[in-house]
Amino acid sequence: MNIYRDESNPLFQYVVGLGDDALILGHRWSEWLSKGPNLELDIAASNLALDLIGQANLLLEYAAEVEGAGRSADDLAYLRDTQDFRCHWLCEQPNEDWGVTIARMLMFSTYQYLRYSALMQSTDRQLAEIAAKALKEVTYHRRFAAEWTVRLAQGTDEGHRRVQNGFNILWRFVPELFETSGGERTLANDGIAVASDSLEADWRETMDEVMTKAGVSAPETSGRVMASRHNGHHSEHLGHLLCEMQFLQRAYPKASGATW
Amino acid sequence: MYTTDLRTAEEKAAAEKAGLKLAENPESIAELEEIFQARIDADEYIEPKDWMPDGYRKTLTRQISQHAHSEIIGMFPEGNWVTRAPTLMRKLILIAKIQDEAGHGLYLYSAAETLGTSRAEMVDQLLSGKAKFSTIFNYPTMNWADIGTVGWLVDGAAITNQIPLCRCSYGPYARAMVRVCKEESFHQRQGYEALLAMAKGTDAQRKMIQDAFDRMFWPSLMMFGPPDSDSMHLSQNTIWKIKRFSNDELRQRFVDATIPQAQHLGITIPEGIVFNEETGHWDFPDLDWDEFWAVVKGDGVCSSNRMDARRKAVDDGAWVREAATAYAEKQAQKSSAA
Ligand SMILES: [Fe+2]
Ligand SMILES: [Fe+2]
Repeated sequence: MNIYRDESNPLFQYVVGLGDDALILGHRWSEWLSKGPNLELDIAASNLALDLIGQANLLLEYAAEVEGAGRSADDLAYLRDTQDFRCHWLCEQPNEDWGVTIARMLMFSTYQYLRYSALMQSTDRQLAEIAAKALKEVTYHRRFAAEWTVRLAQGTDEGHRRVQNGFNILWRFVPELFETSGGERTLANDGIAVASDSLEADWRETMDEVMTKAGVSAPETSGRVMASRHNGHHSEHLGHLLCEMQFLQRAYPKASGATW
Repeated sequence: MYTTDLRTAEEKAAAEKAGLKLAENPESIAELEEIFQARIDADEYIEPKDWMPDGYRKTLTRQISQHAHSEIIGMFPEGNWVTRAPTLMRKLILIAKIQDEAGHGLYLYSAAETLGTSRAEMVDQLLSGKAKFSTIFNYPTMNWADIGTVGWLVDGAAITNQIPLCRCSYGPYARAMVRVCKEESFHQRQGYEALLAMAKGTDAQRKMIQDAFDRMFWPSLMMFGPPDSDSMHLSQNTIWKIKRFSNDELRQRFVDATIPQAQHLGITIPEGIVFNEETGHWDFPDLDWDEFWAVVKGDGVCSSNRMDARRKAVDDGAWVREAATAYAEKQAQKSSAA
């Protein structure tokens, strides 16, 4: 039994998924602040974090509205536990080094780019508007990640090793990107959502193009989805990330009158 | 902020001695100096290609690079809370603020580079411990109110110090300061506003505000530098219009602006700070200058952590910078071969 699976409100689940991806990946980028390889890249990391957390804010606000249960975007971000998060495993993975971070960003921004492009046609006006705004940002993110993938891998042997290592670590999370839940399929048929499996061919083609240019390869993996975000299942990393991110809201509950 | 003269008495004396040796060709130098001073007196800006006395160049290089280092090191105490910011909005604001500080570091390094020292050289001086940065960043940020307080007091003190620098005689520095000051005033407002939000919350939150103020108020006053009675370089920097107000004047201006703001937040004002009806200013007790000098010498609670964190970022990023440089060289070769 998948006791955390919830299909009672598919649009809410879908939008929360979009928001959680942006939030968790944005949080990971914010971890780079003051630690970047140089000042220019520190500033770039902040830009990526700002864009993604800004998208998360819009998406979670909209999710809260769709839910209609009186929760706010902050309630969703700060007061849910891991099993209620719907982000992809790829976004949760730790930064490790700049090579892993860039490989992750190339994989995920390419995915977001395709997803937001398709969502601009959504019959849900609000979702289409958020997607249009986010697409502009993600277009830049994808270019940034692609340029850095090539620059590092083609620059030095060490750079090549580190980026290849990123793909080696992360490639096992690829199948999950295209897993399409029943709720998502229904919404896609109504022209509201994008079925994740419809993005796979384009994603593989774009990734292949950049990775060939960089001279890096995708490792062999089984291609199995080992555990699903739709069931509330996550890697061990998400729990630690949330402990840190949610600390103040948990320690000083707004129910007791705390305001930030 | 970050423009305090942090040299110890010995370092200042050594610099003075070195300066005296330079005057080898008195007539022509005297003439050039006269022209230079006349331009400053006429409120003209000195630009990078203009002749300037060696002491002027050195003083400014030290001041601007130290200011740049402070912007960069200042990212750590705030970065300490960025992953724990309590709401999405606060997280966005804090990231944007830290990003601005990195930007300030960049323009200031560029302004200092116009005086002939490269950014790499200045960064080396920071990492080797030869160059200093503002003492305030050697203090820890313990709770979320510290983040509001940094914006309110630390950026606030920085603005008080830097507004006069927008009219500093060295053009590139003055222009950098105009841009920086605009952003610093946003930083101060967001900090104060974060505290106002907490003040409306619970007793536990108000206690955090009081604690943050109690710890950070005195060190923020030290950001203006030693008392005027100790400062031997004041007069030369004033004549050169690098400094337009004394440390004590600026400190008093800051205290006068800050105490009513603290009262508005419901903070209990420390003993010894009293309004003087006669002067119209807030009187405050002498600061603990032994603590200041101990921090300058690297004994601050977080001094070694800040330097370790900076060195770690530089070391961890070395392979990235090397790969980027190698790639750029390969591209340049390709395009020249084509
Ligand atoms: Fe700054
Ligand atoms: Fe600032």
